[in-house]
Amino acid sequence: MTTAEKYVTAAYCVVFAVVLVYVLILALKLQRLEHEVEKLAGRTSAPDGEGEPSREPAPVG
Amino acid sequence: MSAAAATIRPVGRTSRIPLPALAAASLVLVTGALALVFFVAPNDANQGFSQRIFYFHVSIAITAYACFAGAAWKAFLHLWKREPRADLESYVCVHQGLIFGTLVLLTGSIWAKISWGHWWLWSEDQLVLFLVLFLFYCAYFMLRFSLEPGPQRANLSAVYALFGIVLVPVSFAAIRLAKNLIHPVVFTLHGPNFGGWILVTYCVAQVAMLVLAYTLYRLELGGKRLDQRVRDLKEVLV
Amino acid sequence: MSYLRDVGALARKDLLLELRARDTLPAMLLFVAAIFVVFHFTLPAKPSRLETSGLLWVAILFTALLGLGRAFVPEREQRTMDGLVLAPCDRSAIWLAKSLATLAFLAAAEVVALPLYALFFHRVSGATVLAVVLADLGICAVGTFLGAMAVVTRARDLLLPLLFLPLAIPIVVGAVGASVGPPVVASPGKYLAFLGLYDLLFGVICWASFEYVVSE
Repeated sequence: MTTAEKYVTAAYCVVFAVVLVYVLILALKLQRLEHEVEKLAGRTSAPDGEGEPSREPAPVG
Repeated sequence: MSAAAATIRPVGRTSRIPLPALAAASLVLVTGALALVFFVAPNDANQGFSQRIFYFHVSIAITAYACFAGAAWKAFLHLWKREPRADLESYVCVHQGLIFGTLVLLTGSIWAKISWGHWWLWSEDQLVLFLVLFLFYCAYFMLRFSLEPGPQRANLSAVYALFGIVLVPVSFAAIRLAKNLIHPVVFTLHGPNFGGWILVTYCVAQVAMLVLAYTLYRLELGGKRLDQRVRDLKEVLV
Repeated sequence: MSYLRDVGALARKDLLLELRARDTLPAMLLFVAAIFVVFHFTLPAKPSRLETSGLLWVAILFTALLGLGRAFVPEREQRTMDGLVLAPCDRSAIWLAKSLATLAFLAAAEVVALPLYALFFHRVSGATVLAVVLADLGICAVGTFLGAMAVVTRARDLLLPLLFLPLAIPIVVGAVGASVGPPVVASPGKYLAFLGLYDLLFGVICWASFEYVVSE
């Protein structure tokens, strides 16, 4: 390969690499989001009132 | 729980073109462009093989301008019509523009090395313009991240994005004017004759870059909206 | 007419504050003198007009940044910005008044800076003085606008130079081009025209959009 060919190939590889790194960063963010959604889903599937202190009915009036 | 869930902001309306279709189109177009660049387009008479960098360098530059223009448009919609999603869309456009702007600087630098033996050329208008815009839009992120999320951040970001699009032609004029002061000799960058396969290759590369940018924009926007929804959910559930 | 009265009242307030406090203007004067001395030690012997013109404008730009960084400090420290915004005047009057006050301080600093420059380096031409006038308008208009944006952020003083410098590049190009004179630049006309165009364009944008910077 001549020098010009090497540099041109390098330029295209740089474009490819930057786009791939960007997609990788997005994928990592998506993975974090999925993890958080699962945590939230776990919280919602716990029955209501669990863990709350028991309350006695208070007379009104 | 259903009443609480009703207060969570809905995801923005889905655009007409589904994201997988966009991604597939990007793949086909970028592959097609690469094939044309390396196997079909003829060598330029003046610059030889190194001229092939321009197919992507120029199309990436125009895509970056399109991103900045899109950001300014969304910013204008935010300020004028108070569209609720415009701020986030403007931000993602600026982000895309900055990424493509960085690619312009990198590919332009490589071209400068091949042609003139230096990694940087002050005589090259487009490169200097992108350097100025790069500094400007980096400051956009500094501005945005030193404000709490809210209407003030959205307003200031929108106004700054509008300044940016005005800066593009003004800076370009300034850089042309500065040539007389710094470099009396004017170097021309784009010398190739735009005919035949060169034109076809360039057009395919340009469309490929625009579709790629739009795909990445939709991808990032979807991720950010999902992030916003998760935050809202957390606030409701905690 | 009431718009101009509001602008006048607000500008008078800033000028009076500075006359009493006397912190920004002396600092700008000393800064510009010190920076010329530093330049002497960074330049080669017998610097060309092009080199010293460039450095004159670097000095003016950074002196202006010093003043602009202080522009909204009274409003921030006394927390009077909300009061200004709620006042029954057009919000753009706040920007215009502040720009005029900053312009006054910058002009006062340049009254010292230009004779010093003529003393240390090269004589100052008429085109340079005209360039100073036009460039000051642009610097104060854009700088005050960005100062209002920077003052509400966490980063504040750090952020203003970052926001301002990319937008100041066209001003510097126009100003240096107009100041440098022959043989590098035959006629300063197009550089002065460019400065005027910049002032007009960005002045209008700042005036029209200041509303969005201070309100939510």
